[in-house]
Amino acid sequence: MRLELTNNANCAVAKLDGELDEGCVREVREKIDKFIANNNFGQFVFDFSGLSFMDSTGIGMLLGRYKNLKKRNVPIFISNARGHVDFILSTAGIYTIMRKIS
Amino acid sequence: MNEFRLKLLSKTGNESFARSCVSAFCLELNPTLEEINDVKTAVSEAVTNCIVHAYNNSQEGKYIDLSVRLENGKVEIIIEDEGCGIDDVEKAIQPFYTTKPDQERSGMGFTLIKTFMDKVDIISQKDKGTKVIMQKEFKKE
Repeated sequence: MRLELTNNANCAVAKLDGELDEGCVREVREKIDKFIANNNFGQFVFDFSGLSFMDSTGIGMLLGRYKNLKKRNVPIFISNARGHVDFILSTAGIYTIMRKIS
Repeated sequence: MNEFRLKLLSKTGNESFARSCVSAFCLELNPTLEEINDVKTAVSEAVTNCIVHAYNNSQEGKYIDLSVRLENGKVEIIIEDEGCGIDDVEKAIQPFYTTKPDQERSGMGFTLIKTFMDKVDIISQKDKGTKVIMQKEFKKE
């Protein structure tokens, strides 16, 4: 799992490449939360274009960040989730709280 | 017919090894990429359940047994632990139900397993362990 965090023009982007599961979720969570605490932005984007696998552990991670960012009124967007990841996000209802963008 | 068995330490990081092994083994049945991803997700969910719930993240001397059998275009995967067992299986399989909401668990594990596999049986005994038996048929094009 590779995680790249950037903040440009009021928009924060977390780009995840590889496989997101229990084995790496703690590190991902901690890095994102640290980044959120130290940066100002008006929207947050998860770029999943390079994410090849995710299971329900990833859903838990997304719900946790949603709770954090909701307190700051920051909307979350999900960009470019590929076939299988996209299906899991839909099944878990993630797109009802995070908008899908391409 | 083909079969393999694997005994795996209940260690986080082994989810990825387990799902890769099982999906690689299934390749002889010529599954589609989508079917392989379905199997990978189901294995990942079941193994994560063993690590996080059955053994509560303690790994010393804790093992997960995997058994995979291919027959007539079908795969049967059995994932078994000797952990704490599930109090109420009916409750555990409900979407969004989790015993660990404080740890950001989504409660979607069994829901995804049931979504991706054709048949799922869960046999659990308090303090003895849990056995998840799942089957999937690979469609012939």
